[in-house]
Amino acid sequence: MNNTKTLYDGGKVITGLVIFVILVTLPFWYNHGKAAPEPQPQLTAKAKAEKACVRPKSIMKATHMQILNGWRNNVVRNARRIWETADGKRFNMSLSKTCLDCHSNKEKFCDTCHNYAAVAPYCWDCHIDKVKEAKE
Amino acid sequence: MNVNYIASLITVVVLFLIAYVGTQVVGLQVLFGIVIPYLALVVFLAGFIARVLNWARSPVPFRIPTTCGQQKSLPWIPSATVDNPSTTGGVIARMAVEILLFRSLFRNTKARLKGGERLSYEWEKWLWLAALIFHYAFFTVIVRHFRFFLEPVPAPLKWLQSVDGFLQIGLPGVLISGFALLAAVIFLFLRRVFIPQVRYISLASDYFPLFLIMGIAVSGIFMRYITKVDVVSVKALTMGLITFKPVLPETVGGLFYGHFFLVSVLLAYFPFSKLMHLGGIFMSPTRNLANTSREIRHINPWNYPVKVHTYEEYEDEFREKMVEAGLPVEKEPATGTSQEKE
Repeated sequence: MNNTKTLYDGGKVITGLVIFVILVTLPFWYNHGKAAPEPQPQLTAKAKAEKACVRPKSIMKATHMQILNGWRNNVVRNARRIWETADGKRFNMSLSKTCLDCHSNKEKFCDTCHNYAAVAPYCWDCHIDKVKEAKE
Repeated sequence: MNVNYIASLITVVVLFLIAYVGTQVVGLQVLFGIVIPYLALVVFLAGFIARVLNWARSPVPFRIPTTCGQQKSLPWIPSATVDNPSTTGGVIARMAVEILLFRSLFRNTKARLKGGERLSYEWEKWLWLAALIFHYAFFTVIVRHFRFFLEPVPAPLKWLQSVDGFLQIGLPGVLISGFALLAAVIFLFLRRVFIPQVRYISLASDYFPLFLIMGIAVSGIFMRYITKVDVVSVKALTMGLITFKPVLPETVGGLFYGHFFLVSVLLAYFPFSKLMHLGGIFMSPTRNLANTSREIRHINPWNYPVKVHTYEEYEDEFREKMVEAGLPVEKEPATGTSQEKE
C-alpha cells in the first residue's frame, strides 16, 4: 500500500467514486427502505370452486409459461387440442377458453406477478382476457 | 491438464456445492441468503474505494501516455488527435473509445513465423470481438437483474428486456445476453487453454474469474429455462435485502442460493483481483493523460533542491589557476587583485 497522503487529482477521483457508489447502491436509494409488498394474485369464485388447476399450484407458479408454450405448439403445429393430466382429467388446450375461463381477472391474477417481476408476455398481443372483451 | 484451471474449476464447483448443500441439507438460508450477500457488498464497495484511492496516491509527475499516432507538433503536420491526444477533449474521446469499443485491443496482432522463416504479424480480431461481446453481454445481464432490486421496475429496464428478448423464442423468452455471455466466456477460457503462449502466462487468478462467471451464467440459465424458480419469491427475497427487512421464502431452492453465493463470491473477490480493471481503466496514466510532453515543460513537483555549481562559479574559483595554466577564460582576471575571494 501507498503511504503518501497526497491524493493526486483528488477532485476527479472522488467524483468518480461517488458516482460509482451511487450507481451500485441505487436500489437502496430507489426503494428507500420501503418493502414493496409481494403480489397476492386473487382467485375468482369460479377458480376457488374448482379448487385445483391443471397442475399443482407450486408447479403452475414456476412453469405455467412452459405449459402454455407446449399447448401452443401442440395446437398450432400438431392440431392436438386435448391435454390429459396425470390423474386422467382432460382439458382443452386453450389460454382463452381454459385458463382465462377460471382466471377471468387478468389484472388481479396474471398481471400482479407479471408486473412485479417485470415480465411482459406477448400472449396478450393476440389473446384478450374476457373481462376486457366483455367491456368492448 | 493444468493445475491452474483444474484447481479453479474445482473451487467454483465446490463453492456452488457449499451453498447448495448449506441451504438444502444444513439449512443455512440465513447465512447464504442474508449475511454473506451483505458482507460481499460491503467488501466490494470498501475494497473498490480503497484500491482506487491507493492508485490516486501514486504520483504521476510526467506525461506517460502510450502514443498511437502522430504527436501534435507543427501546424502543417497532421496529428492523431484521438490516438495521441494533446487536449482534454482528445483525452476524453480516447478514453471513451477505449472503454466503449476497446480500441487498444483492436490493435491486437498475432506474430508467427510464416513458412518457418518469415516473421509475420496478422490481424487477430477474435479476442477483441469476444471481449466486446463478453463485456456488453455481462453489462446487459447485470442491468437486467435490477428488475429484482427495483419496485416499480422503471420503463427503460423493460425496454432493455424487450430488446434483449426480441427473438421471442420459447417461453420464457430467450434473452440473448445470457447466452452471449456464456458463449463469450467459454471462448475466452478456450483461448487460454488452446493458445500455448497464452496458456503459459495464464494463472489460477485468470481462470478463476472465468469459471466463476461461467458458473453464474450456467446457474442463471438453468433457473430461467430449465429447472425453474419461483421468480416472485426470488424478488421478495432480493427486495427484502435492499429494504433491510430480509425475508427467506421457502419456495426458493438450492440452485438460487448457489447462484446467489457465486455472485457474492464474485463481488467480494472483485477488489482483490484483476477484475479491478473496471476502476483501473479510468486510472491508467498511459491512457488518461494528454501528450503534452514537448508542448509544456512538466516539472516534477517534489524535485529535491539540487545544489548546483555553475560554470561561472567554477571559473571564479579557479580563474587564476586557469590563466596560469594557459586555459581560456570567459572573464579576464581583474588586474592588480591577486586574490578574489567571496
